[in-house]
Order: sequence, then structure tokens, then C-alpha cells
Amino acid sequence: MLSRAADALFWTARYVERADFLARVIDAASRMAALPSQYQGSSTEWESAVSTSGAGFGFYGVYGDANEATVRDYLVFSLDNPSSIRSCLNTARANARSVRTALTSETWEALNTAWNELNSADPAMSGEAFSRFLDWVKGAALLIDGAARRTMLRNDAYWFFRLGAALERADNTARILDVKYHLLLPESEAVGGSLDYFQWNAILREVSAHTAYRWVYRDTIRPWLVADLLTLNRQMPRSLISCYEDASRRLDLLGDAYGRRGPSQKLARATLSKLAGLRIDDVFAQGLHEFIQQFLNDNSRLGAAIHDQYLT
Amino acid sequence: MNAFDEMQGTGAGAARPLYERVARWLSESPPETVAARRAQAELFFRRIGITFAVYGESEQTERLIPFDIIPRLIARDEWALLSKGLKQRVQVLNRFLNDIYGPQDCIRAGILPADLILQNPQFRLEVVGRPPPHGVYVHVAGVDIVRTGERDFYVLEDNARTPSGVSYMLENREAMMRLAPDLHARYRVAPVETYPDQLLATLKSVAPRGARGDPTVVLLTPGRFNSAFYEHSFLADKLGIELVEGSDLFVRDDKVFMRTTQGPQRVDVIYRRVDDDFIDPLVFNPNSMLGVAGLMSASEAGNVTLANAVGAGISDDKAVYSYMPELTRFYMGEEPLLNNVPTWRCREPSALAYVLDHLDELVVKEVAGSGGYGMLIGPTASKTEIETFRRKLSASPEQFIAQPTLALSTCPTFVGAGVAPRHVDLRPFVLTGADEVHITPGGLTRVALVEGSLVVNSSQGGGAKDTWVLDD
Repeated sequence: MLSRAADALFWTARYVERADFLARVIDAASRMAALPSQYQGSSTEWESAVSTSGAGFGFYGVYGDANEATVRDYLVFSLDNPSSIRSCLNTARANARSVRTALTSETWEALNTAWNELNSADPAMSGEAFSRFLDWVKGAALLIDGAARRTMLRNDAYWFFRLGAALERADNTARILDVKYHLLLPESEAVGGSLDYFQWNAILREVSAHTAYRWVYRDTIRPWLVADLLTLNRQMPRSLISCYEDASRRLDLLGDAYGRRGPSQKLARATLSKLAGLRIDDVFAQGLHEFIQQFLNDNSRLGAAIHDQYLT
Repeated sequence: MNAFDEMQGTGAGAARPLYERVARWLSESPPETVAARRAQAELFFRRIGITFAVYGESEQTERLIPFDIIPRLIARDEWALLSKGLKQRVQVLNRFLNDIYGPQDCIRAGILPADLILQNPQFRLEVVGRPPPHGVYVHVAGVDIVRTGERDFYVLEDNARTPSGVSYMLENREAMMRLAPDLHARYRVAPVETYPDQLLATLKSVAPRGARGDPTVVLLTPGRFNSAFYEHSFLADKLGIELVEGSDLFVRDDKVFMRTTQGPQRVDVIYRRVDDDFIDPLVFNPNSMLGVAGLMSASEAGNVTLANAVGAGISDDKAVYSYMPELTRFYMGEEPLLNNVPTWRCREPSALAYVLDHLDELVVKEVAGSGGYGMLIGPTASKTEIETFRRKLSASPEQFIAQPTLALSTCPTFVGAGVAPRHVDLRPFVLTGADEVHITPGGLTRVALVEGSLVVNSSQGGGAKDTWVLDD
């Protein structure tokens, strides 16, 4: 297939995944912000949402203060923020439109409908409507993803699409963990305290993993188990290791179909075996923050390798 | 002006037999049902993204072509007449292009003046003496036809460059089958969905003779900001070919390749929807980002076929158009089957004098214009508009032609106040391959939604109807 088409599919999926992630982060922040102040961390939930989204630099260039109104404006509706939910869906749709032939009509229509609806959303909607809106964004991402899974041919177009989603998802999961654990936990707070409990709880909420946690660990919420669930647990679809199993499989399928493997297959395998050889105790011994920084670096190196090998 | 009505004919009484079932369907359908169907149609088009951009409006603007659910019907014998005439017409166009880029017999025989051809900006010196593979210049023509009476059909334009609208022919049928299956079932309607297969077969048939195996065909688009981008992606999808932009292609050793995830892949035929001017920055507009450097030399080397061929655009010149009857007699030795609209070529002093005296009755068009831009419709124009055109005409008469205002036929159409007659035209699509000419029974019927308006172009607020060629 055309390199440009593969590139557009890869980024369509990445941007849809990112929109879904932002909706989750903002939703969790709204819930946390509703808690009495003694349950909140040293920085507010809105500041946390801004850092998790990775938009801190742009955000504080425009606003002095992170609160519900400014976050809603910048992370959801702003066209100046290239990673707002609206910009994500705009970019995803523009990419998809430029390669409509590579998508099934179901997938395209799911995305195009979401884009049409988003454009008619009123940024000044009430709080209740806003909460419904965030659910709608998550639903739209599910529809797009589901349409792709149910209707696309299992060929290179599909693999590039899924590959983009896997890389973005890994990136997002890593960011949630990093921000929550290292930026928000106040120095004085002991691990396992009541504040901690709500912070870890919020992480599980962001990734819709409450029930999963209970089923896997059958335990109360413990930081190292939450970290385990999101990094090394193969049952959890958005854990780092699951994302890399996914990415690695897609890359191998591409390599087989094209009769040639290259740097991206090698990098994905290397990260995957590194994760497979770790236990969560090792991660904490090494430092969760350091571990995650290393992972984010590896992840963007893989993105660059895929770009060089296939997308130009 | 009393126009021929597709449903009523010339009288006000009963519907023409052809339309009886439509008339009955209309009288049986309560207005609410019809209104609901129209809303559904809009939703349907919006959801699948059949939109077009209007130049001059902001980039984000995507508009729908309003769809009218009363179909335009064409009887089998009317279609037989039309398709025979269309076939003759494109054969003449291809002979004419082979001639002017070759021996130039028509000029030598004095059929048309040499300067009209040789000094025409659409005449491409670069392709003189280099006939395209299989001698076909116009692979796809979208001929605009209007009707003024029971048996009177006129060709308004030949559209031999990169005609668009065929996606609407196909999608309008889809919409009709969803929205009015009950009406569709009352007729035997010739299918249009064979068009993509016919187009692909046509394009493959004109591959360079040296192409190995199954030729690789691609569709070259200017990109997603082009007004017809939807159509480009739609067609590439239906044909199962790659939709490429200029940057996806490159030329090495006079051969064309596309950049794929598996490395370079050879391309044999390019169905290009990019104008001549932008197709190769080395030969034409050097600032073009839309084309491919070296494409023309690959084409000259006979390694790739461009459809339509570079240079075909000269036959869209409206002064050249006016010679079609003479050219038909010259090349085919037969009378033209379809009428040409009588045309005053303002380049001729006597014609210019007549036109200036009758501006309020005539339609004045730029010879190189299209899309309904830059024309004057005398009978409905204001005094100021007429005076503006008078100045333009006197300053550069060779840029203009004039034609009488034709009473385009009308067709019943849903408007705010119910069903009313609105003027329509018809654009059938004619495919010319190495061995045969193929015309899909149907076409795009455009309708001027404003009462009395004769301008059907979508960029000027026109709508569209499904076109049914009937088998009985």
C-alpha cells in the first residue's frame, strides 16, 4: 500500500485513541475535584489532568490557572491545542478522509459521524451535559474501534491502524502512571494513606479497570498492584506489555506479508522481552518514574523506526 | 419562456405516459412522508460524507449537493438517440485531437482558423507529434446536454478534461433505492453500477503497449482540499486502485513509480484528476506541488498513459465547440446527431457587433470558463452586470462567445412550497478505450433549485436528481 496511506491510518488510530484518553482523564478529574479538599493532593486534579495530557507547556502559555473551565476549554474544545479532543478528532478525520479507500465505509462513517456531532457540540454546555459529552467521546472511540475490528480486511491497512492505536495506548497508560505517582503524591503523604487510596482509585477509574483489578488481585487497592496491572499484566488490555504484544504481533504480520523484517520488528521485540522479564518489585526497586521514562523513550524510538521503515 | 416539461410535456393536462407512475406515486405520498424522506436523504449524504467544497469559501466548509427524490426519467428510445449521438460526438473529439496534434488536416482544409488552435492557451505544443497510446485523448467525457422539446437535445459542453459528477450518478441511485424503493419497483430501471468496472476496463485497455502483465492503474488527485476529492476517493475505492497524490509518485529513468510500504511499485496508467497546468512542474507550471516532476517525459517515452491525455482540454474551448458540426462532417462524413447550440464567436467582428446589440437576450460565456463561473445570462442580468460585460467584451472579444438563452426543460422538483417545475440538464458519461466506446445508461441530472434559474452548477446552488433510463 501507499506509504502515505499507511501513515494516515497509523495516525488516524493514534488520534482516536488520544481523544478517548483525554476524555477519561478529564472525567476522572471532575470526579476527584468533587471530593472534599482533604482527599485531594498537593496539586489539584485539574493540574493533574493538564500534566497527564502532556499539554502543560501550551496550556500555561494561555492560562494562569488550571480549573474546570480552562481545562474544558483547552483540552476539549480548543483548536489552538493540537491535542485537544476536538483537534484529535479533526486530525483523525482529515487523515481518514485522505485515505478513505483504505478504510471500510463502516469505520469511516463512525468517525465522520463523531466529527459531525462534535462540531455541533456547544462548548458552554452545563456540567451534567459535559459529563454526558465525555461519555459520548468514549463511546465514539469504541464505535470507531469496533467498526475497524469488525469490518476491516486483515491486511496491512488494518495492521498499521492497530499499530498506531497500540503505540498511543502504551504511551497514554505510561503517562497516567507517571503523573499520578510522581507529580501528585505530596512528600509528606505515606504510601497507603487515604489520599493515596483515592489517587490510585482515580487511575483505575481513568482506565475503567476497577472490576478488572478486583478479579485479578482479589485484594484492596494497593499501589504496587495497580502499577503491576497497568505495566506487566498480560490480561489487562491496556497494560504496557499487552500493548507491546499487540504492536509486536502487527509488526510481525507486516514483516511476514512483505517478506522482510527490519529495525521496528527488532525494537518492538526487545521492549516486549524486557517487560516480560520484569517483576513489579524490580520496577519499584529501579524507580517507577525512571522505568516509565525509559519506556516512553523506547516507545517513541519505535514510532520513529516504523516511520522510517514504512511510512515515508 | 415556456419550457418543455419532462413530466407534462408542452401541455398542462395529463402527465406524459412515461411519467404516469411518478405522477400517481406523488399523489399517493402524503407530504409528511415526502418531507421525512428528504430529511433522510440529507442525513444519508452527510453521514457518508458526499460533500464538495466551494472555492472562495473557508476550507472547513463542506457542502452537500441538495438531492431531490423525484427522478428524471429517460425513455429507451430517447436514450438510444442520445447514446448514438454521444458516441459520434466523442469519436469526433478524438479524431480532432489526433488531427491537430498530428497532420492538422482540419486547419489545412479551412474547417477552422489556424490561430484559434495554434494560439489557444489550451493547445499544448509539448504533445504535438506525440500521440497517446492507442490514439485516445478523451477517455472520459462528461457531456452536458439540455433538452428544449420532445426530440430536441443540445450539447452544451463536451467536458473532455477532467469531468466530475459520476460519483453522484452512482450515489444518487443508492439514495433513491433506500428512500423510494416503492417508486423504483414500479419501473424497470437500467442499472448504473457497472460504471466502475467499465471505467477500469477502459483504463486498462489503454495501458502502454510495453506494460507487463495486468497493468497497474492509479487515480491521481490534487488532494483533500480539492472540491471533487470525495469523488476521487469514491472512484478509487470502487475501482480498487490506489488514490495517489503527486508526492506519492516519482519518475526514474522515464518510468513512473509509487512509494509504497514495500518500496517503489511501477505505475502504467494514471487516471488523473489534476489539470494539465499542474501535472508536471518541469514542463508546465513550475510552482505546482500537485504534479509529478518528469511525468511528461515518462509519457513521451511511452511508459505511462495519462487519462485524459494532456492537450485534450482544447476541445473544451467554447469557440472550438462551435465548430463541432463542421468537424463531424469533416471527420465522419455524416451529419451530427446531436445539436450544437448556435454560437456567436465574438472574435469575429460581425458576431461581436450583433452580440453587443443583443446582450439582454443572450448568454455570454468565457471561452475557457467552466463551472458556471464568469458568465452573463442576459435576460435575468441587471443593467450594471450587462454594462460590465459590455466593457469586458469590447476589451477582449476573443475571450467570449454568446449563445441564445435556451428554454431548458423542467422537471417536477420538491421545493419549499411543494412540487414545482425546475430547470434541469443532463450529464452522461462516455468512456473511450482502445477498442470501444461505452456509455452507462444514466447520468447526472442537475437541477436549478431557484425558480426560473437556468444555472444548474452545484457551485451556484444547483441540486441533483437520480436519472432513470427505462427499459420499458
